[in-house]
Amino acid sequence: MDFLKPNLLLLLTLLPTVAAVLLILAQKFAGAGEEGMRRIALGSTVVIFLLSLPLIGWYDDPALTMNLPWIDAIGARFHLGVDGMSLWLVLLTTLTMPIAVLSGWTSVEKRVREYLVFMLLLETGMIGVFVSMDMILFYLFWEVVLVPMYFLIGVWGGERRIYAAVKFFLYTVVGSLLMLAAMISLYFIHGKATGNYTFDIVVLTKALGSSSILTLETQKWLFLAFALAFMIKVPLFPLHTWLPDAHVEAPTAGSVILAAVLLKMGTYGLMRFNLPLFPEASHYYATPIFVLAVIGIVYGALVAMVQPDVKKLVAYSSVSHLGFVVLGIFSFTDKGLEGALYQMLNHGVSTGALFLFIGFIYERRHTRQISEFGGLATPMPVYSTLFVITCLASAGLPLLNGFVGEFLILLGAFFSTQHVAFTAIAATGMILSAVYLLWMLQRVVFGEVTNPKNAKLQDLNTRELVVIAPLIILMVVMGVAPNLFLDRSHKAVEEVRKVVDKTPAAPAPVESQPTHLGATH
Amino acid sequence: MLKLIILAPLVGATILGLFGKKMNERLIGIIACSSVAISALTAFYTVFGVLLSAAPGPDGVRRVSEHVMSWMRIGGISITDFGYVVDPLSGIMVLFVTGVGFLIHVFATGYMHGDESFYRFFAYLNLFMFMMLNLILGDNFLLMFVGWEGVGLCSYLLIGYYFLKKEAGDAAKKAFIANRVGDFGVVLGVLLIFFKCGSINFQKVMAWAATQPMETLGMSAVMAGGLTTIALLLFIGATGKSAQIPLYVWLPDAMAGPTPVSALIHAATMVTAGVYMVVRCNAIFTKAPSALLVVAIIGGLTAFFAATIGIAQWDIKKVLAYSTVSQLGYMFLACGVGAYAAAIFHVMTHAFFKALLFLGSGSVIHGMHHEQDMRYMGALKKYMKATYWTMTAGWLAICGIPIFAGFFSKDEILWKTFSTTALPAPFPMILWGLASLTALLTAVYMTRLMTVTFDGAERYDQKPAHHDDHGHGHGHDDHGHGHGHAFKPHESPLSMVVPLAVLAVLSVFGGLVGVPHILGGKIGVHNYFEEFLEPVIAVGHQVPGEHGAAPAGGHGTTAPAGEHTAAAPAAHAPATPAAPAAHAPAETHSEGLEFGLMGLSVVLGVTGILLGKAFFGKNPLWQPPTLLEAKYYVDEIYEAAIIKPIENVSREGLWKIVDVKIVDGAVNGAGRLVAGLGDTLRYLQSGFSRTYAAFIFVGAVLLIGYFFINKP
Repeated sequence: MDFLKPNLLLLLTLLPTVAAVLLILAQKFAGAGEEGMRRIALGSTVVIFLLSLPLIGWYDDPALTMNLPWIDAIGARFHLGVDGMSLWLVLLTTLTMPIAVLSGWTSVEKRVREYLVFMLLLETGMIGVFVSMDMILFYLFWEVVLVPMYFLIGVWGGERRIYAAVKFFLYTVVGSLLMLAAMISLYFIHGKATGNYTFDIVVLTKALGSSSILTLETQKWLFLAFALAFMIKVPLFPLHTWLPDAHVEAPTAGSVILAAVLLKMGTYGLMRFNLPLFPEASHYYATPIFVLAVIGIVYGALVAMVQPDVKKLVAYSSVSHLGFVVLGIFSFTDKGLEGALYQMLNHGVSTGALFLFIGFIYERRHTRQISEFGGLATPMPVYSTLFVITCLASAGLPLLNGFVGEFLILLGAFFSTQHVAFTAIAATGMILSAVYLLWMLQRVVFGEVTNPKNAKLQDLNTRELVVIAPLIILMVVMGVAPNLFLDRSHKAVEEVRKVVDKTPAAPAPVESQPTHLGATH
Repeated sequence: MLKLIILAPLVGATILGLFGKKMNERLIGIIACSSVAISALTAFYTVFGVLLSAAPGPDGVRRVSEHVMSWMRIGGISITDFGYVVDPLSGIMVLFVTGVGFLIHVFATGYMHGDESFYRFFAYLNLFMFMMLNLILGDNFLLMFVGWEGVGLCSYLLIGYYFLKKEAGDAAKKAFIANRVGDFGVVLGVLLIFFKCGSINFQKVMAWAATQPMETLGMSAVMAGGLTTIALLLFIGATGKSAQIPLYVWLPDAMAGPTPVSALIHAATMVTAGVYMVVRCNAIFTKAPSALLVVAIIGGLTAFFAATIGIAQWDIKKVLAYSTVSQLGYMFLACGVGAYAAAIFHVMTHAFFKALLFLGSGSVIHGMHHEQDMRYMGALKKYMKATYWTMTAGWLAICGIPIFAGFFSKDEILWKTFSTTALPAPFPMILWGLASLTALLTAVYMTRLMTVTFDGAERYDQKPAHHDDHGHGHGHDDHGHGHGHAFKPHESPLSMVVPLAVLAVLSVFGGLVGVPHILGGKIGVHNYFEEFLEPVIAVGHQVPGEHGAAPAGGHGTTAPAGEHTAAAPAAHAPATPAAPAAHAPAETHSEGLEFGLMGLSVVLGVTGILLGKAFFGKNPLWQPPTLLEAKYYVDEIYEAAIIKPIENVSREGLWKIVDVKIVDGAVNGAGRLVAGLGDTLRYLQSGFSRTYAAFIFVGAVLLIGYFFINKP
């Protein structure tokens, strides 16, 4: 423990890369075959997941933090830390990875080594993004994530993979370059004002959130530069068109990671940087962003509804769901922010699962056209049952995870200073998600088997069950006992809220433990 | 204790869902029925053994409550809990839900015999019970909403139970989505309640609502974001769940599910959830006269409108479905005129006689080898005596013939509508007229159903040829009986007949718990039902502090409550003995009138029956007007005016123009622009791995160089 605790974050970040190196060595020198390499990748991602579990107990412990000098010349430090905000995103990442590796076990046949290496590098990047407490470090990992994903889409993708990969690349690079420029300006402005030239996120947050170092004008520009990078990643309407292409072309594992983790980097960035660093600008832009989020919710759902390709349908549904997250963030209320954080996890779990389900039938039929399917419940009852549960979770059915996030976000939006009509329109997303998901289910799962190619499809095998089971269990646990998660993220979220919402905490609602009147049993 | 009521069906559903596939029908039936039996027995004990002897709380309401855990907590403050409460209102609901639920489970073991996914059916049915119990026992809005959406889910699963049939899938989806439209209103209502009151716990919210001033009648109150807005938002949900105009369209289609489901979910329990919610929130509705007016008008119109369609349907279950919509309209009419106790009374008696009628129709369908079209029935009295006689009890009950259960509840609603002061003139008179006319229509269409099905000539072989494929196409829906020509209908097994008999007894005598004071008072029979329920309803009418806080007219608004306020706290404490005394003075002046109207409604019922007998006895195959048979083309109108436009705009406008042409057009244009500057795009595409590395490298060099030049 003495060794583990102070080095855990470093271990988590670097172990995937070490595993990638091991994997190459094992092939070069020990003659490991494709199967062997897959096992190494799976084994290491499982170990990393297990190693990440103690974070649940340690997340706010200062002993966990690693803060070493790094590039002295510019005052960049190797500062890693985890708070209640990043905790669950790190765990989401470490959980998603073994699932993603296992999901491509049989379907990825070309360049297996490179494929696995990229997956592992991707994990380093994603964990790094969530644990970095230094902007340069954050930026480094942010870019590290871009590369392997670019290749996963461009090499192992579908027919139009090059187009999708380049689009993904261009969109993201434009955003991140602006973000880099903003980081550098922030560094100088803060340095000039305080004499302390630093990229340290904790220091900057403290200094900027509570002082007038930045004029509103400067805040606005910096806010926009950061926000653009993050909103592209989210993606917020109208910056979303890279997503459907990237999803449709990406291999299943790529889609799962993209949906479960990569998109969250955007919303995480908004919460970590935009709100606490530029509180006044956040308020200034809150209404336009609210509007875009609401449009995204409705627009994403309507466009999802009419997609003939089931993967595109889910991709557009992400636009809708992530609109909810942005809505929660820019409500600047504790309920909205915690709901947003929770919805990030929910989306990771249920949309990740949806992409897995699409992968399962794609492997069997090599098509994703809804019209090619129909009546799958007959040949594949287990698949169909679990698929239906996942769709219901995604549609926000109470007692499954999605409802908790959506409800808290709507509550937050309602309590915000924004017009109540936004909340009302956003709530129609609830109706629309039922429409597009149930309509899809009806055409894919229910009815008679109309296409003879579907008549003899195999139901889920053991590997596929192992892949999907943890996510299904999480959907129920997160739907029934969200406090396991909410309680741990409260403090970190509250710190952000306090900075951005200068009004004192909302008057505590009437304590809602029921007073036990009458006879009690 | 309450945990046991809730969890027993969940355990049953889980066992059946996970392991049921390997069990035989007998074991499945035992698990499914016993889990509901445990709930029912515990519920009976809780109500009769504990609730009745519990001391009333400070608000005069007896409660048995149980807190399990917090559900969502933000910063140590619990927003919503898994907390359950039995009070007189949820007590009545839980009794008939578990009681009728149990009978229907037993019936279903006979009806579903031979079905290949017998276990799946009962897993869903048990899950439904779990959700329904959450709905009625939850002590806060969000837990009620869990049940609310949960029963919607089970309804979806069970309507679509025969998932190979396209119409079943369509109907299931339609039901879920129509309900979701309503749920949208509920969610907004709950948000608004939390915003205004700071809690969504029923007890706290109702106590808060009771302290609020009476709101005005008119649009300004509707838009003000106060109690009227809350009430109307909640009512949107009720129109979805309880199939009222404009969202009723899903319920008739829902008959695609197996008949026990129609009886349990789409007649006796789930569809009454909207009524339950309105009564649960009566403290809110009472303060919102605009909302009450809307509720009453929607209820009255739906009752009438659905009855006219019911006359013109051939499918025996469709007739009953429209009848249910119509009866639910009565319940909302009662709510709208402030007669909440009458509404719940009708919920209960309706559960008895409509469950009976549905199960009876199921028995008929079973006996007719899955024929549902009444045109090919006739003379079944001869073959199915038990079914006929039990259904007769339900028929007379729904027609409002004295002594039968429906008489007391329906008459109560008619009288309260006529005499209400909650609505401005001339609404009470108009609505009463509409409701009376509906009573006549009800008797007519129910008599048509009974006559065409059970009397007259046998028409079993008159089915057009193409219908004969029925047996093959939907083999799963069949019990393996061939659909031969010369077949004899048969009576159903005991597992089906016994529940019919029990429900028949309830349909005959079940109304006696709520004999109106005007009939029972003189012979010392109380309206036990209303007295039991009264404290829950009175909460909304206790104006803390000065009585003058509410407009004087406000007290008289609702009949039971108005009388109650006069006797204020004294009447609460012992609840039984004082209450009848409080009733008497308020009602004496109109006793003659009440008697007269009661007589009139009996005359209407009898007239309907006689008319029906005379007309349909002679013309069982009378061709109804197309407009009615086609249900006023409402489905077609919705399709053309709402669904298609949304779909087309989404596909042709949003997706193909906004997304592909505008946004992507701009992005691709920008991409080409970059490419044009140095042909970079093509270069990126060809050797992109090296290029990217170079790109990052150059970027890093520039960055570091920048810092060396601008050394801090």
